[in-house]
Amino acid sequence: MPIDAAVVTAAVRSCADVIAEHRHELTKLDSAIGDADHGTNLHRGFQAALVRLPDPGDALPADVLKAVSMALVSKVGGASGPLYGTAFLRAAGAVDGAEHLDASQVADALAAALAGVQQRGKAELGDKTIVDALSPAVDAARASVDAGGGAREALRAAADAAAEGAEATIPLVARKGRASYLGERSAGHKDPGATSTTLLIQTLAEQEGCEA
Amino acid sequence: MKKLINDPEQVVNESIEGFAAAHRDQVTAHFDPTWVVRNDAPVPGKVGIVSGGGSGHEPLHAGFIGPGMLDAACPGEVFTSPVPDQMQPATKAVDGGAGVLHIVKNYTGDVANFEMAAELAEAEGTRVRSVVIDDDVAVQDSSFTAGRRGVGGTVLAEKILGAAADKGYDLDQCADLLERVNNQVRSMGMALTPCTVPQAGEPTFELEEHEMEIGIGIHGEPGRERMPLESADAITQRLVNAVVEDLPFRRGDEVLLFVNGMGATPLMELYIVYRAAERLLADHGITVVRNLVGDYITSLEMAGASVTLLKMDDELTQLWDAPVKTPGLRWGM
Repeated sequence: MPIDAAVVTAAVRSCADVIAEHRHELTKLDSAIGDADHGTNLHRGFQAALVRLPDPGDALPADVLKAVSMALVSKVGGASGPLYGTAFLRAAGAVDGAEHLDASQVADALAAALAGVQQRGKAELGDKTIVDALSPAVDAARASVDAGGGAREALRAAADAAAEGAEATIPLVARKGRASYLGERSAGHKDPGATSTTLLIQTLAEQEGCEA
Repeated sequence: MKKLINDPEQVVNESIEGFAAAHRDQVTAHFDPTWVVRNDAPVPGKVGIVSGGGSGHEPLHAGFIGPGMLDAACPGEVFTSPVPDQMQPATKAVDGGAGVLHIVKNYTGDVANFEMAAELAEAEGTRVRSVVIDDDVAVQDSSFTAGRRGVGGTVLAEKILGAAADKGYDLDQCADLLERVNNQVRSMGMALTPCTVPQAGEPTFELEEHEMEIGIGIHGEPGRERMPLESADAITQRLVNAVVEDLPFRRGDEVLLFVNGMGATPLMELYIVYRAAERLLADHGITVVRNLVGDYITSLEMAGASVTLLKMDDELTQLWDAPVKTPGLRWGM
């Protein structure tokens, strides 16, 4: 099955379910080093995205991603709204015009998402942010595609790398976002943004239809 | 939690509805997305001044809408940045043909959301310049943090920029002036008690009866240090010294001294702080040429105060003295 607008739409629905399921866990992580709203805010954003999804019958994958972007920007607020909103917008831009996505385009979309997040948030690897999960995920997806892997393999590699990156944020001292005001006190906690990014990529990796 | 509210989820909406009703001769509120604008916007040929940020800091920002100050404000949820959906219509509504200046407090969410809003407005043909205020000396400014927070200096910046726009400064001149104001203003705050975000229901941190937090932010974020409570004079000395040493202010400087209440501190106590601050500044050879004392940038029901110093010159003094007519600040008209 090619990764068309219907598959991307189904993936967005799965993401919304996963965020709903894990929202309290994300908020709890955020209360340790932030302002205790990451799960609540992201859940609100994905619920809004569900309402705005275009009819997959006459939409391209990019249209779906763009609709998600606009919903997240409008409804999430805080820092994660513009960051995730930009990620989806850039991912949409990377696959603009395509009816189905192949493995290479999936990797391109992830890379564009990362570039958007970094431009918006000015975070580098090791700052204890989304980037610490997304950046290794992009590298792993690209490596998998270069080695001849399909979309499923690329996304699985990305998900594993993201999970590892998110775990590795635990000892880090935050250098961006509200957690950075805590300085050394931010060490010892897993970053909520890196955690939600991992959840999303893991969901894509298990999505039915992501076989291209 | 003991609060004068109906529904924790509705505090921002109901408060803005009441605010707009009380000041309906001056402002109009729009909801979903939420933004507040002066009734006579856009003022033709004038740079539009827009600010915004999380709610819970009233009268900042909506309370400063009116002639001589802001043209529109975008209130977010309590302590949560507003979203571009709010800045977009506000920016458009106040563009009188001379472009729009965004005054943004330095918090990651505020900066990112205003940045997106500016890009969207530019795409629709409105010229936008954006300047970030970061005057809080309690946060070390280094590549290892999100940078200093925007606090008390924001109130002074909004007043001065409103006057400049009224005087006919163009957009680039406004942005340059705002950067200059930000470069010569510094603040430091402290808390006696925490505050409770209505949706959270619990205080943002705990302080024992005999403790205080020095270097507090305006969202109950941690400060520089927690220590035993001291006298008003001793606390003021900590705040003033931190500010004076930072700029650095020099002997012979003229300043605006702004003593701000965090929400639950009586004016009586703020004047005790003012008294001490003015005397300390005199010891440093610094003259207070203008002042502001009261609750202007608050943190819900937190008790505590902040001290802000702005280095003044003729231009800034003239702009400060210019007439202003807003619900939260008014003189000369």
